[in-house]
Amino acid sequence: MIEIPELALVALVGISGSGKSTFARTHFRPTQVLSSDFFRGLIADDENDQSASAEAFDALHYVAGKRLAAGRLTVVDATNLQKHGRAELVRVAREHDVLPVAIVLDVPEALAWERTEARSDRDFGRPVITRMHRDLRRSVGALAREGFRKVHVLRGPEAIAATEIRYERLFNDKRDVTGPFDIIGDVHGCRAELETLLERLGYTLVRDSESRPVDAVHPSRTAIFVGDLVDRGPDSPGVLRLVMGMVASGNALCVPGNHEQKLARKLNGRNVQLTHGLPETLEQLAAEEPAFVESVKTFIEGLVSHYVLDGGDLVVAHAGLKEAYHGRASGRVRSFALYGETTGETDEYGLPVRYPWARDYRGSAAVVYGHVPTPKPEWINNTICLDTGCVFGGSLTALRWPTRELVSVPAAREYYAPVRPLSPPVRPDSELDIKDVTGRRHLDYGYGRVTVAAENSAAALEVMSRFALDPATLAWLPPTMAPCSTSTLDGYLEHPATAFDDMRSAGVAKVVCEEKHMGSRAVVRVSRSGARDAIWTRTGRPFFGPELDEPLLARVRAACSGLFDELATDWLLIDAELLPWSAKAAGLIRDRYAGVGAAGRAALPAALGVVDQVAARGLDVAGLRDRLALRSAEIDGYSAAYRSYVRPTEGLDGVTLAPFAVLAGDGISYADRDHGWHLALADRLVATDPELFTPTRRMIVDLGDPASEAAATSWWLELTATGGEGMVVKPWAGLSATDSRGRLVQPGVKCRGREYLRIIYGPEYTRPEQLDRLRRRNLGRKRNMALREHGMGLAALDRLAEGAPLWRIHEVVFAILATESEPVDPRL
Amino acid sequence: MLLTLTTTRRPATDLGYLLVKHPDRVHSFDVPTGTAYVLYPEATEERCTAALLLDVDPQRLRGRQDAFELGQFVNDRPYAASSLLASALAKVFRSALRGASKDRPELVGTPLPLQIRVPVLRGSAELAAQLFEPLGWSVTATPIPLEPALGGESRYVDLELSGEVTLAAALNHLYVLLPVLDDAKHYWVAPDEIEKLLRSGAGWLAEHPKKVLIARRYLAHKRSLAATALQQLEGEEAEEPPAEEDAELPVVRRQSLAEQRREAVLAALTEVGATRVLDLGCGGGALLTALLEERRYTEIVGTDVSARALEIAARKLRLDRLPERQRDRLKLWQSALTYRDDRLRGYDAAVLMEVIEHVDPPRLPALESSVFGHAHPGTVVVTTPNAEYNVNYEGLTGMRHSDHRFEWTRAEFADWAARVGSTYGYAVSLRPVGEDSSLGSPTQLALFTTEVSAT
Repeated sequence: MIEIPELALVALVGISGSGKSTFARTHFRPTQVLSSDFFRGLIADDENDQSASAEAFDALHYVAGKRLAAGRLTVVDATNLQKHGRAELVRVAREHDVLPVAIVLDVPEALAWERTEARSDRDFGRPVITRMHRDLRRSVGALAREGFRKVHVLRGPEAIAATEIRYERLFNDKRDVTGPFDIIGDVHGCRAELETLLERLGYTLVRDSESRPVDAVHPSRTAIFVGDLVDRGPDSPGVLRLVMGMVASGNALCVPGNHEQKLARKLNGRNVQLTHGLPETLEQLAAEEPAFVESVKTFIEGLVSHYVLDGGDLVVAHAGLKEAYHGRASGRVRSFALYGETTGETDEYGLPVRYPWARDYRGSAAVVYGHVPTPKPEWINNTICLDTGCVFGGSLTALRWPTRELVSVPAAREYYAPVRPLSPPVRPDSELDIKDVTGRRHLDYGYGRVTVAAENSAAALEVMSRFALDPATLAWLPPTMAPCSTSTLDGYLEHPATAFDDMRSAGVAKVVCEEKHMGSRAVVRVSRSGARDAIWTRTGRPFFGPELDEPLLARVRAACSGLFDELATDWLLIDAELLPWSAKAAGLIRDRYAGVGAAGRAALPAALGVVDQVAARGLDVAGLRDRLALRSAEIDGYSAAYRSYVRPTEGLDGVTLAPFAVLAGDGISYADRDHGWHLALADRLVATDPELFTPTRRMIVDLGDPASEAAATSWWLELTATGGEGMVVKPWAGLSATDSRGRLVQPGVKCRGREYLRIIYGPEYTRPEQLDRLRRRNLGRKRNMALREHGMGLAALDRLAEGAPLWRIHEVVFAILATESEPVDPRL
Repeated sequence: MLLTLTTTRRPATDLGYLLVKHPDRVHSFDVPTGTAYVLYPEATEERCTAALLLDVDPQRLRGRQDAFELGQFVNDRPYAASSLLASALAKVFRSALRGASKDRPELVGTPLPLQIRVPVLRGSAELAAQLFEPLGWSVTATPIPLEPALGGESRYVDLELSGEVTLAAALNHLYVLLPVLDDAKHYWVAPDEIEKLLRSGAGWLAEHPKKVLIARRYLAHKRSLAATALQQLEGEEAEEPPAEEDAELPVVRRQSLAEQRREAVLAALTEVGATRVLDLGCGGGALLTALLEERRYTEIVGTDVSARALEIAARKLRLDRLPERQRDRLKLWQSALTYRDDRLRGYDAAVLMEVIEHVDPPRLPALESSVFGHAHPGTVVVTTPNAEYNVNYEGLTGMRHSDHRFEWTRAEFADWAARVGSTYGYAVSLRPVGEDSSLGSPTQLALFTTEVSAT
């Protein structure tokens, strides 16, 4: 029975014919085993081509590195008799902070020779085996020195055949311990505050005969100390006594801090500088029994530098830990956990400048740590520092896990003067890394998965960084919307009947038909304070520019003041349409739409004039005349269509907003509210400021009731006959409506009016032959895109609500924009 | 899609013989984009009018275009006179265009009193006059208004020409100049178009004051084709338009300012002894070319947020044809200055040449943090326009480039540079670029150096 760590780089060591490959086959999965023969074959088409060895090992080490980076046990099947070859393996293992392990297969030389001779593919002579055996003898003793943390030597074929392997966990692997926990920040000898905090958290203190606390018990919770129990404070021995008792009884876990580390070195008689509060601790310990001091030393030496807890969701280390080091074991992992990473520079107070690793942290596990005193604990990219400087007169803080609630006890006084003032972190997670958004990206956004093509990311990067608002403001972008299935009804490309069918077949029983405003989509963020308020377009651009956006936002803000109170939020995110279309799109209307109209309205009468003169001369041009007359009527219809969306505006005069959904507020996404709720809020805004807000007309339809559908259809016909764009049919249940299998359904389908579509499909699209062609339009891609963007939008709102780090929100918002770069028929 | 041609030379109906289309019939021809008609709304001894009417079939037009182009469904092609009408004209009036007539050979060389009307033509009245007047036409071009609800004029004119010109000349003028005014060819322009242009332009194009514009537009802005055509006209080289960044700048010395700026940047880099440099926002690679020429730069990285700009830079620098040793000195990466980018760390110097003014002011702190904080090169060279100097540009209203988000005065730039320098640990020195005056220089440069690299 031999034991190896669950994650390790295992080097098999043995001469040719010692049975390494058989051993590997017996104990490991084929994919776990990297054999040098196999890699020689890959490189040179010949497993025995020794001239390919250097390249083969290069490739082998590369693959080993990839496996270890992914946390997979890797076995190297090679003779590993040369020191330089083994040194490479140790290097690869250390590079990925896993333990190198050696298993030596030691068989008699004669047996090895017998096996080798029996193989047709081995053509070297006995002297080679002899030399290998000599190398093996020399190697065995050197393995531990070379850095192999475990060396198992199996002597003789019987021992090898009888071997069983048992996997052992790393000390830091406490994934099976699920809490709930109370994680306590740097105590630094502040025993009184610790006692108060534990009692506040619901622990009962257990005291010894001298009334000194030696344990604390909670019926269901476990405490975790992030280290730095000692130094600077008034009673380091008291804190140690309590924490050591709690750890011994299983009521607490503890990771070491750099101060414990230094104390242990001092107690071991090493020469350390007596600074940073160590003298105080030594003085206090001098009053204690030698046995207690001895137990302190043993306790500190037994501490594990970090823990991975609660199924891998929580990592605790004194100075934090970057993701690549979670659950790994090496000197540098331990050093990071104790001291953090420094840049090598020192600041104006002579203290080392720390590298802000939390700023780069992108892991899914929450990392809880201490080490650097801050006035107020703040989550930074799913990491939090709990050192609130109790010994410097701050407070002692605990984080309750998994609820993430913070509990603090103020220090009774300043016990020690800080070398540098406590400064708040400068929102380091507001900075984004280019790696968060570029390249080909696979994204699991909770409602589905998406792959964003690198070229779409590249296009979105340009829009996002050149034209869009600050990502910290841009918490959401509106998804594109699919039209309803194509209607086969005479003269119609889109019709309510197919819109209702779409929703029915998605399992939706009740819908709301909302008037589709023809303007410009606008997302509005307003807050009580007005700070970071913004209004942005479909692609995240500021709307008109500050000189108009600011006064517009001020009016929205004023109208929302009642809602802030009612919804108990300091800010709201509102989805709306800004009207009229001409306010934002005047240039487009002029160049693309009205120009065509003017040309047609000038050309067709002129042509008709010519044709009428020709007819007056007695020639037959009736057919041509009819075609021109139809064209003329069509261009008039087309001109009327865009003209309905043109209204004069001057500055903000004449500009209105039609809100139709309230997306989110402080700590909450309103995606689960039904549209009745959303529209009621919209109506309130209209009532508050009828000049600024335009109401959204609507019909609620029971999809099981033909009469209800018929009523909505005639409502739509009337709406579109008088210049309305059409309607959007939405599941009544709200934005996050799902089908019976729990999958998101389309948040709405648009059903556009017959006349409106002339500005999309051309003035003459209603001709039967054209309609026939257009009915072959393919909606699949557009629907798929709409659903993906919708899901990502909901994910952005969820992440915003849970206070996720900026990069997590930005990656989905960015992906929405990138998805918009996919080639899809723009008329849909 | 309509043009009419009237003559009052008696007998006016001779027009029918010259065009080889009988005035008392309705002629129709199938053309690739629809049906062309030749009709006579009037045909008397005194006055005869021939109308060429092209009934465009949008369906056929669509087959020729990009499937996802929105404009294919909503466009002016069925209404405005364009290359579609010119092609139809060439097909329908082929012999008249060549100046041949079986029935009235004596009339071919005779200037006729002609009136031509094109009721809808894209283009400005001014250009229409510039194009037709030198050819002996008197021109009336009336802009077509948009509807009152929108107000203003459309991009179309109602064009009337009158003059004494031979019919063949008139038709050739129209054949070349209708597409030139419209400026959007409906077909792929191949090199044989040069021949067509030269043939139709025979006798008038070489002397036309607008021949460069005509050649360029007729050949759909394919510069090499236009240059060939002009060379064949009289061996003249087409002039190059100014470089992109300064194109909108109405200034006499524009060429030298770009050069002076480049030289000032290179001088600053030499001064600090940088060898590994970043050109952040390299655009089409104007500075990269200069850096590549100097051997002291062992590593040159150009970044831009636009993947397209990088493609252009790669092409301009002929990256695929550089020898390997040269090629290895240069990298082109897409990057955005508002995001941190680990690849940009550890360089001697970074150049932000005419870049910051393209960033929205609220996003500048992100740029500062990623460039000065995260990438943290030993030296940063920043150039930007000096807004005070703008009064020297005659006719300039607003800023120097339509994408500029701001232009700073010397004081504003100095404040910014001082703040950024002190935040990120750089010493700053400011210097003028270009002719210095009481209003400062046209470009201002800030040289940021860390204490380490300064010593």
